[in-house]
Amino acid sequence: MLKLTPLNATHRELGAKMVDFGGWDMPVNYGSQIEEHHTVRSGCGLFDVSHMLPLDIRGANVRAFLRRLVANNVDKLQVSGKALYSCMLNEAGGVIDDLIIYFMDESWFRLVVNAGTAEKDLAWMEKQNADWGMGLTLTPRRDLAMIAIQGPDATRVLNEALPGVDQITASLKPFNAAAMGEMFIARTGYTGEDGFEVMVLAKSAPFFWKALMEAGGKPIGLGARDTLRLEAGMNLYGQDMDETTSPLESGLAWTVDLKTERDFVGSKALEASEVTKQLAGLLLLDKGVLRGHQKVHTKNGDGEITSGTFSPTMQQSIALARIPLGIAPGEEVEVEIRDKKLKAKVVKYPFVRNGKVLI
Amino acid sequence: MNIPADLKYTPSHEWVRVEADGTLTVGITHHAQDLLGDMVFIENPATGRTLAKGEECAVVESVKAASDVYAPVAGEVIAANGDVESSPESVNKDAYSAWMFKLKPTNAGDVAELLDAAAYQKLVESEAH
Repeated sequence: MLKLTPLNATHRELGAKMVDFGGWDMPVNYGSQIEEHHTVRSGCGLFDVSHMLPLDIRGANVRAFLRRLVANNVDKLQVSGKALYSCMLNEAGGVIDDLIIYFMDESWFRLVVNAGTAEKDLAWMEKQNADWGMGLTLTPRRDLAMIAIQGPDATRVLNEALPGVDQITASLKPFNAAAMGEMFIARTGYTGEDGFEVMVLAKSAPFFWKALMEAGGKPIGLGARDTLRLEAGMNLYGQDMDETTSPLESGLAWTVDLKTERDFVGSKALEASEVTKQLAGLLLLDKGVLRGHQKVHTKNGDGEITSGTFSPTMQQSIALARIPLGIAPGEEVEVEIRDKKLKAKVVKYPFVRNGKVLI
Repeated sequence: MNIPADLKYTPSHEWVRVEADGTLTVGITHHAQDLLGDMVFIENPATGRTLAKGEECAVVESVKAASDVYAPVAGEVIAANGDVESSPESVNKDAYSAWMFKLKPTNAGDVAELLDAAAYQKLVESEAH
């Protein structure tokens, strides 16, 4: 039995092509994935991301708990509403999940975790909560829906759909959130564009979605969500990193704080580890499409593509690949596609931000 | 469902038009392009290549996935459509005018083994869930 978001009937009414996405019945597109992609780069797109799980952690020691639980340092969060991206690691330093942590007050932090890992994450966190004697309350918020409003026109669309909200959107900085009752507005996203991720009570979601569409927001499926995030150089859990890979070999060293004395889960393993690989951007010079798991040949040894696609913005194939250290941007490598070896160039990513190609 | 009655089909979602001179024009069906989504790359077989029935001979790639195209019958490639290679999206616009390659069948009688529109329709319906 597939799981349904509160917007399932809405997607079907809109004629979406629905797919089984890790056990969730989700829209992959509403017609053309490429058109949807361009809409987010030039206008405003709406995404149902209610399959992801908001998780409230409450109690006296939430900050102390998160200091040990995640690889990034929650002490960077000092202003209410501020968000932090982090990995949650296992003892071996592998990535259990990547998540966003919102600091609301000292007794309330909200996390947003991936759909496919939600149950595993919750069990892991409850175990640490018990083992460390923290006495915190972890509340999965399946009563909330989450809608991402993304693109250069996102602020206007949200302001028009929700009169009065401009009091918040006018001053909300990137990677910050504001809560009003059960409504939660975060200036975050997974597209490389300006925009918001808004949580509302599940029963309000279809009405809110409709209001956003009336204001000019266009529905966008998970297909375009993937090409947008890859152009933006954002990792996808399960493809670019997982429990067997180190964040230090997944382009996520910037999210791992080993400088402060914290002793978080996985820190000892990371400190003892030898980093031999890097996550690099690839640009295909020959014709074709880069895909996950294709082999990459470099002068320092072989690597593998973790995520690859055709970039609708660049009209060229791009990828993230885990390759040996010592291969610098500008160097050429070879990618095995079917029976051929095609030329690709190593590049610094992100590929696209705020509608502009950076390569 | 868009399945023209005057064409022949394969279980691997190619369409085949038998021309007056006995040559075959081959493309992928409307259903196949619908499953794959927006096309971004197409690679046709080289003219002059001899194909066995069912041989992988072309590739269509959408944003989402890559898919092989198979020879519907044994034969020799006598033409490949460069236009679909430079404009892969033409397959999404009209799968039945965006032909990929033409074959001269080794045995003219082999086309009898292909599916007719009704049989292909049944196949597509049985694959749907």
